[in-house]
Amino acid sequence: MTPEILQRLLADRDAGRPVALLTRLTDGRQCLWPDDACPGALAEAAAAALRDDTARTVSLDGEPWFVHPHNPPLRLIVVGAVHVAQALVPMAARLGFAVTVVDPRRAFATEERFEGVTLSTDWPDEAMDALRPDARTAVVTLTHDPKLDDPALERALKSPAFYIGALGSRRTHAKRVARLKEMGFDDAAIARIHAPVGLDIEAVTAPEIALSILAEIVAVRRGAAIATKKAASAPGAAAA
Amino acid sequence: MTSRDSEDVLGTAAAWRAAGETVALATVVETWGSSPRPAGSRMAVTASGRMAGSVSGGCIEGAVADAAKQTMATGAPQLLDFGISDERAWEVGLACGGKLKVFVEKLS
Repeated sequence: MTPEILQRLLADRDAGRPVALLTRLTDGRQCLWPDDACPGALAEAAAAALRDDTARTVSLDGEPWFVHPHNPPLRLIVVGAVHVAQALVPMAARLGFAVTVVDPRRAFATEERFEGVTLSTDWPDEAMDALRPDARTAVVTLTHDPKLDDPALERALKSPAFYIGALGSRRTHAKRVARLKEMGFDDAAIARIHAPVGLDIEAVTAPEIALSILAEIVAVRRGAAIATKKAASAPGAAAA
Repeated sequence: MTSRDSEDVLGTAAAWRAAGETVALATVVETWGSSPRPAGSRMAVTASGRMAGSVSGGCIEGAVADAAKQTMATGAPQLLDFGISDERAWEVGLACGGKLKVFVEKLS
């Protein structure tokens, strides 16, 4: 790999630009898609690899090319700069998520409590509008306060976020479901919310709750059966 | 906060290179069966013996590092085949199961 390709690859990643590295396996010749002019068949394979986030080998003129997608990191938006968030954020970062913590309560969202973490003190709906969750984004609400959680969930439900989770007991969630229905969301939309949030591992401490939440996010992302089971037993889904 | 940590093999390799090390990158390019790491998994090694990332569950890293030394010396990339073509063919890779191909290139 040439220093030029390496520097461009790192620059693209730092800028959050999706890029595919194409390598001819016979001699190591490389190019970056979409910036370099790559033969048509390779461009198609590169676009598909980025879309599926899956590397593959393709054949061009009888020679194997390795198509290696480099997508920007998955994102996690945490609403509520609370104790569980303090445990959740570093664990999520280790799992490869780019994390943003949203909390307009400046007593919670402090640099001291979240050193080096991207913080937003905007109201959750405004923060969500700025962050624009996409299909590679997970959203978790942790405040227990409908004034803060609901506007975030409302925006999350209108987004293609791949995971939406809300902290709170089944009773709390039942009330939340009623409020979201008043806002006009139907059962199918509300069933996207994982609540009570996290896999049922009898978590008690903040790090344990963080672990259960992240395990559920990974399970949903990877299509594990365990996540489906949990979602089906959630009150939101039961009411559907 | 982003994932610039132990998973950042490329960033680690670049930092090693910038510090004057001779560096090779190994990338899983194809797998069959129950290979522990998917295509795209990377490992960086230096001529001085440093290692970051992985291309299997620890089964073939030693063999890949040996091949990488050759690539660092000659500059020529290699495409390595690991796996079981028949039950007694090759011990390397047996413990992890599956078959895989690893591309090894020098960071020039």
